[in-house]
Amino acid sequence: MAKTLSIKVHHVTRVEGHGNILLNLKAGRIEKIEWQVPEAPRFFEAMVRGRSWQDIQTIVSRICGICSVTHSLAALKAIEDAMGIAVSGQTDSLRILTHYMEFIESHVLHVGYLVAPDLLGQQSVVPLAASHPDLVKTIIALHRLGNEGMALLAGRMTHPVTLKPGGFARLPAEPELRALQAKLKEAVPRLVQVAEAVLALAGKLPDFRRATEYVALVEPGAYTFYHGRIGSSDLLGSVPVGQFESVVNEYVVPQSTAKWCKWHREAYAVGALARFNLNASNLRPLAKKTAAAFGLKPGVCNPFLNTVAQVVETVQVVEHSLELIDGLLEAGIKPEPIVAKARAGEGAAAVEAPRGILFHRYAFDDQGKCLKANLCIPTNQNHANIQKDFEAFVPQILDRPPDEIRLLLEMLVRSYDPCISCSTHCLNVEFV
Amino acid sequence: MSKPRVAIFDFACCEGCQLQIVNLEEEILDLLTLVTPVAWREAMTEQSESYDIAIVEGSITRPEDAERLKQIRARAGILVALGACATIGGLNKLKNNFELNEVRQCVYGAAGGSPHLNTAKTQALDEIVKVDLKIHGCPIDNREFAAIVRSLVMGKTPFIPSYPVCVECKKAGNICRYEYNEVCLGPLTRAGCGARCPSQGFWCFGCRGAADDPNVQAARDVMEYYHKTVADLQERLDLFGIRPEAGHG
Repeated sequence: MAKTLSIKVHHVTRVEGHGNILLNLKAGRIEKIEWQVPEAPRFFEAMVRGRSWQDIQTIVSRICGICSVTHSLAALKAIEDAMGIAVSGQTDSLRILTHYMEFIESHVLHVGYLVAPDLLGQQSVVPLAASHPDLVKTIIALHRLGNEGMALLAGRMTHPVTLKPGGFARLPAEPELRALQAKLKEAVPRLVQVAEAVLALAGKLPDFRRATEYVALVEPGAYTFYHGRIGSSDLLGSVPVGQFESVVNEYVVPQSTAKWCKWHREAYAVGALARFNLNASNLRPLAKKTAAAFGLKPGVCNPFLNTVAQVVETVQVVEHSLELIDGLLEAGIKPEPIVAKARAGEGAAAVEAPRGILFHRYAFDDQGKCLKANLCIPTNQNHANIQKDFEAFVPQILDRPPDEIRLLLEMLVRSYDPCISCSTHCLNVEFV
Repeated sequence: MSKPRVAIFDFACCEGCQLQIVNLEEEILDLLTLVTPVAWREAMTEQSESYDIAIVEGSITRPEDAERLKQIRARAGILVALGACATIGGLNKLKNNFELNEVRQCVYGAAGGSPHLNTAKTQALDEIVKVDLKIHGCPIDNREFAAIVRSLVMGKTPFIPSYPVCVECKKAGNICRYEYNEVCLGPLTRAGCGARCPSQGFWCFGCRGAADDPNVQAARDVMEYYHKTVADLQERLDLFGIRPEAGHG
């Protein structure tokens, strides 16, 4: 079909940050298909130089409103690596629990508020409140649970204040943890309801597949979000976190203020689908059952199914949270004054953000002033993969009406749950 | 009376303040009985170019963004600055401590000179256009946001505290962070947050900007009493670009 068409989606909606889609067809031939990122860069790596090690977390959590806990944790782990600060098992468990609350909040936000309107043919979640009141109520209850968990553990819903190098500024009391555990238990049937609703609509997700490389944290026996090494679907074995620059291989492209990345191929993907592909065998029972209900199996390479993998992960983090709280209550919460002290050094860390693996590296002088920083954000690592998906997907949908092509391309971008404001300030390529 | 048309826009920021609006959950539906949203890219597909109230998040860091802000100002009856990036420039102002070409090279290397990576000094909205109302904080407090929107719709002037965080911190019964040998910005920072961070065991880092007419001498006395220096205080004030003696922030 000799179709001529020009689609320009200026600032894709229902994503965090600014991204454009450009498609030009002339006489049935694709002249141009581009994923563009025009977001104003904010230059965090430059801005943290000279700041105290005690203020780094406060600064870098502001890279992203939606994954502020993840950024804080990556910074703390890198600072602790640089300064040889050890944390207790209690701190470790509480940090992972705090991290999980962010996953609940972020995944439910994406699946329920940002993607569901596409699947139900609406422009936003607001009309869904009238057309699907029970589902929206359930989504709201789950979203609130994640936020309440963060308010309890991180001190606020966004931009944590209790997370400090070496430990917690404020510890939750045991009754508060018990109350959170009760709410998490109530969330389980709600999650099943959301999973069933998504399953009923999963047929509306395009059946598009493109083999690519998937990159995520890996840890033996765990579906990890916080500890471990860097794994890849193209690699037997794994790479230590301290060598992350050899994984991300960032480069600047003219169509983007965010840098792009590549490892074994011309592009790779990070996020829920990557974690699922590498770690599915370590899912908890209900999460495994949820994945099976969707027929989701390792090796899946349909990017639209990232949303489904997020549903599976939400179940996973709720299950694991219940176990973590059991462990914390059994041991009893102990006061642990923070004794961390600054020293000169360099350190790196990797933590999984809801939208994919996140890397931070810092160097400090002996007063604890930051000398250098290098941050590599998940959405950055996905930009090239989104472009490659566009190039493979567009020829398959050329016969559709223009509005449908536009919607499908927007849905493809949204499926990655991009966090574009995060991604536009990356990277010192040279880090000596 | 027809419902005011409200548009939400964002510039350089983390969009965490818009997230606080989302975090109102069911209460958003109540607010929607008072206003009609006509543009909100983060949450909606529909867009419009005519509105009574523009709520703007983020700081201005590029010439083209300053132009877009002026257009928004021209179309809006009331312009509200949402969150620290918009009200005081916020953390984005840390960039202004460096030479801009050096900042570009630091982050993007040799490609830093490309035109699409252009950047200018970070500015708060009121350094470029008239701002009618500021909703403070990093992030904003969504209860305060909801109260301010209700006030605007009713034509009332919302209450925004002019006194410092120490007032609310004392009321909350907290032990002063200086007693823990920490540098806290409570004496200089505008209240309204309920001393949220000190109540969680963390120092105030000034995200609501300086209180009106802050008592700088009292802050100096506190520093002296606790054997801290003005330089210690200024280092933390720099985080959100606060210059209490210059009267901005």
